[in-house]
Amino acid sequence: MNYQLEVSSITKSYGDLKANDNVSLKIKDSSIHALLGENGAGKSTLVKIIYGSLMPDSGEMKWGGNSYSPKNPFEARENGIAMVFQHFSLFESLTVEENIILGLDGVGLKQNFTDEILKYSKQYGLDVNPQQVVGDLSVGARQRVEIIRCLLQNPKLLIMDEPTSVLTPQEVSDLFVTLKKLADDGCSILYISHKLEEVREICSEATILRGGQLVQSCVPQEHSQKELAEMMIGKKLTELARSKIDIGSEIFSINNLIQESDDLYGVDLESINLTIRQGSIVGIAGVAGNGQDELMELLIGEKSSADGVLKFNEQDVGSLGSHERRQLSMFFIPEERLGHGAVPDMTLDENMLLSRPDSSGMTKSEVIDWSSVASFSKKVIDDFNVQTPSSKMLAKSLSGGNLQKFMVGRELIRNPELLIVSQPTWGVDAGSANNIHQSLISLADNGSAILIISQDLDEILSLCEQIHVLSEGKLSEAVDMKNNGLEKISQLMVGGES
Amino acid sequence: MIKLIPRVENSKAMILLSPLLALTLTALSALIIFIFILDDIKVSSVFFTLFVLPLTDSYLFPELLVKAAPLMIIGLGLSIGFRAGIWNIGAEGQYVIGGIAGGAVGLYFYNVEGFWLLPLMALAAIIGGMLYASIAAFLKIRYQVNEILVTLMLTYVAVLFLSAMLQGPLRNPAGFNFPESRIFHDSAMLPIIWGGTRLHVGFIIAIIISFVAWFGIKKHMFGMQIKISGSAPRAAKFAGFNDNKTVLYSLLISGGLAGLAGFFEASGPAGQLTPGLPQFYGFTAIIVAFLARLHPIGILFSSLLIALSYVGGEEVQIEYNLPSSITQIFQGMLLFYFLACDILIKYKVVLNKTKN
Repeated sequence: MNYQLEVSSITKSYGDLKANDNVSLKIKDSSIHALLGENGAGKSTLVKIIYGSLMPDSGEMKWGGNSYSPKNPFEARENGIAMVFQHFSLFESLTVEENIILGLDGVGLKQNFTDEILKYSKQYGLDVNPQQVVGDLSVGARQRVEIIRCLLQNPKLLIMDEPTSVLTPQEVSDLFVTLKKLADDGCSILYISHKLEEVREICSEATILRGGQLVQSCVPQEHSQKELAEMMIGKKLTELARSKIDIGSEIFSINNLIQESDDLYGVDLESINLTIRQGSIVGIAGVAGNGQDELMELLIGEKSSADGVLKFNEQDVGSLGSHERRQLSMFFIPEERLGHGAVPDMTLDENMLLSRPDSSGMTKSEVIDWSSVASFSKKVIDDFNVQTPSSKMLAKSLSGGNLQKFMVGRELIRNPELLIVSQPTWGVDAGSANNIHQSLISLADNGSAILIISQDLDEILSLCEQIHVLSEGKLSEAVDMKNNGLEKISQLMVGGES
Repeated sequence: MIKLIPRVENSKAMILLSPLLALTLTALSALIIFIFILDDIKVSSVFFTLFVLPLTDSYLFPELLVKAAPLMIIGLGLSIGFRAGIWNIGAEGQYVIGGIAGGAVGLYFYNVEGFWLLPLMALAAIIGGMLYASIAAFLKIRYQVNEILVTLMLTYVAVLFLSAMLQGPLRNPAGFNFPESRIFHDSAMLPIIWGGTRLHVGFIIAIIISFVAWFGIKKHMFGMQIKISGSAPRAAKFAGFNDNKTVLYSLLISGGLAGLAGFFEASGPAGQLTPGLPQFYGFTAIIVAFLARLHPIGILFSSLLIALSYVGGEEVQIEYNLPSSITQIFQGMLLFYFLACDILIKYKVVLNKTKN
């Protein structure tokens, strides 16, 4: 068997941190190879080295058997390595064709690529219209544009960074068809992901990194999802299960919420109705950008809503600010950690004060009791296993997973009657995600109500008893999961009727 | 090659060392400049007059404190707004309006004796400064007008308003048409706390305000509110802070304190209203606030440092006939080096040998 790319003993340090420590990786010709690892495991560093945007401190690479050490991405592309980034680099106001041309090296804008784009589009089932403006395209279509742009360079290796994190289930299976065909036609694929199910579905080999070091390379089908996850995080995972589901009376409702967005590119919310009962976990699924941010803003109380729209324990809360809502025992965890749920340049102690119901005793007539604050943050750090030297650390110095655990803990120690959380495990490592899910479940087991807004369908499916789908600002009825529930959700996510 | 590498944690040592380093660099740069521009005067004696004499001379030292008081008071007010990302650049204008308001009350009760007069003048000055700053607050909250422009432009309006007042209603009736007010009577003058000097009670009040501000920033939720609003506006919303209140209160506090400083100047060293009331304290206080990294107790020290540069600068002008821009050069270098040295708190400097 020939190897398209051989990476041997790569080491790369940032200061005292070894981002890659003696990492090796071999990608066979015409294969789909997974690169697995949690955030901070060193995946991005390794990929940047392969793609020429970083230089390794030591180690060497071979490309098609010859020594390879790219000085910049341009050189990598010349060798036949292409990459689709997690965040697309497309100009919204230009057409598909213009965007593709702009991304090619050494090509003038005047040239006509329509035929070639259509050729690849047909060959690999990448449905795009070259004359359409990118701003009007769905996320999935934008990704197809990125892929075609890469294919025009005739790559021998296509690197895909978390390609499915923004796609609907249907789009994911379409993408897999394309990737398999590409591999059959001789283009190897390096597939970066932390979604183990997908990796087991399409990858023939997987390299697992943890803490900058190589754990092992294996055939993913030979291991269970749980085994792969445990290799990734280096410890055992707990199974998620509700110990008791005791649904009580209605605690929170959204009644015919209609809200036009202030933002030109925002989403208008149209007649949203939802009821949440004590002890239940309700999920709102949907692709990002379908009104989640706008809805969350109203639920937190960063923006007020009309009379009678939001009711908590029979009380109208639409005009209350977030602090007043917390006084009533409604708590919130926003999606964005740095800058929204936490202040990056402040210590964890100071960040405790973002959520400070009077009953906490952290402030007395607006004067801060710092010793009380510090004891609460210590409790959060201990109870929720936040890895940090002390509560005097700046929020930005914590990893995503640890900061998320801190934010979840900050709200959970108040024992909320209602918790509203957006993307609870977005960008969080598998171990922390498991902890967070566990604590959400035990909160609900004790009779609190939880509303989860998440793009991660697996998360919603594994946690929620009642599932709605948000699409283009419209919220579906609760989906009946007994009959083809997943298919219905999938249709609703792309705006179809169930 | 020199490389800057981010530190994992802010260096505590550097937080204290970087101001000293900046001072040293400023002194060294000043030395180099003096060596170039001074022909036959001894560099060491100019240096002594500039940096040491104001601290040891029994006339200059109280003068230094007199100058430090308004800088401290205005700097404290500004630092609160700056923490919240509210850029009140026009403290000079609020200072002038405060001086006019306080002075006008004093002149209205001319020759009326009473212990209540000074507090009343102070109150008028604070309210005057607040009202003047609230114009910017109103425009920002209601119409999203940039407060930097409004406060800055209103400074010129205030200075012209002072001049109009001094040629009109507040002019000394027996003053031969000079644009100056009457000299305040005793009840309208600030008590002197150091006999034989101009050092007045305002200096003590400035120190008290420093500690009140320190308490407010450290211990009160309002301190957190402005800090969070300045650092992460969305997090401030999440916490449930009203950003309009942040804007309003920051501008009222900085305006009120600037007004108070204006009154202290008028009723203290000046003893009357004159066109010379604006002394650039409102602008210099911006430097004072940033030298202290917006910390209230730091402002206590930085205002003294800047006052030293004023007094020392004036003294070398008189003694050695050096240009008055010496003071500004000194202040400019000081701020420049302070900001530059601050990078050492977050980064460490590494000299790495070039490989191969």
